[in-house]
Amino acid sequence: MRLAIPLMITFVAGMIMILQFFVPATQSMGESLQEWYMIVASFAIFLGAVNLLHIHIHKIRFKARNWKYSPVTIAGFAAMIITGLFLGIEPGKPFDYMFTQMMVPMGATMFSLLAFFVASAAFRAFRASNWRATLLLISAFVVMLGRVPIGAMIWGKIPLISEWIMQVPNLAGQRAVMIGAAMGMVATSLRMIFGIERSYLGGAD
Amino acid sequence: MATFVEKLGDIDRRIIFIVMALAVIIPLSVRMSLPIPISAGPSLDMYNAVDALPAGSKVLLSFDYDPSTMPELQPMAIALAQQLMTKDIKIVSMALWPMGVSLGNEALISVSDSLGREEYVDWVNLGYKTGGGVLIVRLGSDIKSVFPVDYDGNPVDDMPIMDGVNKLGDFDMIISLSAGDPGVPAWVMMAGDRYNIPIGGGCTAVSAPQFYPYLGTGQMVGLLGGLKGAADYETMVRVGVENAPAGTATPGMAAQSVAHLGIMLFIILGNISYLVAKKRKGGVK
Amino acid sequence: MNWTVLGIWLGALLSLSLYSFLYKDNPFYKFAEHLFVGMSAGYWVIYTIKNVLIPNWWDNLVPSEGGMQPVWLIPGFLGLFMVLRVVPKLSSLSRLSLALIVGTGAGLSMTAMFQTNALAQVNGTIIALGQGGGWFSWASNIIIVTGVVCGLVYFFFSKAHTGAIGQAANVGITILMVAFGASFGYTVMARISLLIGQTQFLLFEWLPTMGIHL
Repeated sequence: MRLAIPLMITFVAGMIMILQFFVPATQSMGESLQEWYMIVASFAIFLGAVNLLHIHIHKIRFKARNWKYSPVTIAGFAAMIITGLFLGIEPGKPFDYMFTQMMVPMGATMFSLLAFFVASAAFRAFRASNWRATLLLISAFVVMLGRVPIGAMIWGKIPLISEWIMQVPNLAGQRAVMIGAAMGMVATSLRMIFGIERSYLGGAD
Repeated sequence: MATFVEKLGDIDRRIIFIVMALAVIIPLSVRMSLPIPISAGPSLDMYNAVDALPAGSKVLLSFDYDPSTMPELQPMAIALAQQLMTKDIKIVSMALWPMGVSLGNEALISVSDSLGREEYVDWVNLGYKTGGGVLIVRLGSDIKSVFPVDYDGNPVDDMPIMDGVNKLGDFDMIISLSAGDPGVPAWVMMAGDRYNIPIGGGCTAVSAPQFYPYLGTGQMVGLLGGLKGAADYETMVRVGVENAPAGTATPGMAAQSVAHLGIMLFIILGNISYLVAKKRKGGVK
Repeated sequence: MNWTVLGIWLGALLSLSLYSFLYKDNPFYKFAEHLFVGMSAGYWVIYTIKNVLIPNWWDNLVPSEGGMQPVWLIPGFLGLFMVLRVVPKLSSLSRLSLALIVGTGAGLSMTAMFQTNALAQVNGTIIALGQGGGWFSWASNIIIVTGVVCGLVYFFFSKAHTGAIGQAANVGITILMVAFGASFGYTVMARISLLIGQTQFLLFEWLPTMGIHL
């Protein structure tokens, strides 16, 4: 019974969105629902923020492992909130300054670390252990050379072969994955709308 | 010899890190430069599609990325803004990722200032909205109810650039610079196929291979994939333009070349070590 | 104080702190990592309030011309229910919000995904067969059609991969391997590009503040 109302909401919302695709008369209902969706989904960030603060305050209170860094997270959060709320977000304001000068380099650096790990992982795990793995390796090499200027300097046809790999075997493989995933998505969506799949509501009770 | 080659497989990962760092730092430090050949492909298609738009057209530019992918996508944003503003095409921008708003502002303001363009007349940044695909469908029927104000709270009804822009169908093209989801697929699904609007895009190299099926069917008019796509575009946009500002993607391609060779060398060494070890154990048939 | 130089130094020191992780985990890395998480969350919250909740909810609920539109209380309450997930006694209310999100998302993406990622792709594959353009183009189109069909057969697990099905699945996995190789090549490219971007910042923006011009 506790699930009856949520399941009904899922069904009605799902059906409105499907009908809206085919029946113009349901357009306005669908539009209201889309605007509500936007607002409700926005609140998810507050759930995330509350969780983040809860975890770090908990860590500080109980002096959990690495608790000394938790005030840094809270201070960073507070700095953005205070400057954003009271001083504005347009370019030139402290909020934008902190974004540009601190968040941008940190975000870019965090992900650039992956360059080192991908090199290390490729060295250790990328093995031509059978003919298919060798094919994968050759395809990767041709594409890696074809996408940089030095490839064309080694042999003028490498960029052309690389583009052919992208536009023919890659396209075929990606399209097969795409069609397969789309069919899976359709099946999962139908299961959700008709209440067969309920795990997103936190269990099947 | 075999022992040395086998031991190579157990090399400390920090040595690999140092080699990779040098492979990037040295070419950049000595300002190594390699020509960027432009051949037929999605980058050229993208350029031609934008180039074919007449002056006064309106393009929706969506900044669907954050700083983590900025080195790949920001040069595309700047090059695209240069091409669009030079051709006097109006840019209405927005973001499906919150951090895309600030990055978009950075790109648009720098190009607009260099070309003497005016905010709210030649370009505007509407800001961020939650919702991904659902939001795009709503934009298809009414933009101003979703974006009553721009990112900074200025009413869009007062902006000359928004005259005659009421729904997605009023744009001549939509371009998404996308680092993941929501991004290019959402625009193709919810705007391109649904409202029949030409979709172009730029994306990280990681996701570029997944979008080739959209190019094959014509669901996308062109695609810039990763730093190479950005360098291609920078090169094409600069042709015939005097004193064009240097981009960051083109100078990076020499370092990219050396780093690729470095990784390939590591993979070859790893495989030699693997095969030698396998042979010694009698595993190779 | 020169705010631009200060900003470059802040960015450079934080970047170097993060890069120090390559040697091993250390307090500098942890500091920058924690700071990044906190600031990112703060940024998201501010943009959600200023770009979504105020213009799209609050201004509709309490319009500037006066009065109140009670219908907008519904998404407001559903949003509030979402946050109540952190209160154990009231967490079940969040199911109502989740139901709306999941139902709307599922209904919309089902039709769109079927249209864009299934029907249009099948259509594109069939059309490729009829395209001209010489023997090379024809052979490429045959590879696309064979690759898509055999790739789909490989993903079809309801029937054992033996006999003709097994042969087709083998062709499918071969095509997929070439595609995955291409994806790997592009992934390497992406990761290196990010490193290049940050190295350019350190070499050409940070070093010059110390008088080192490369």
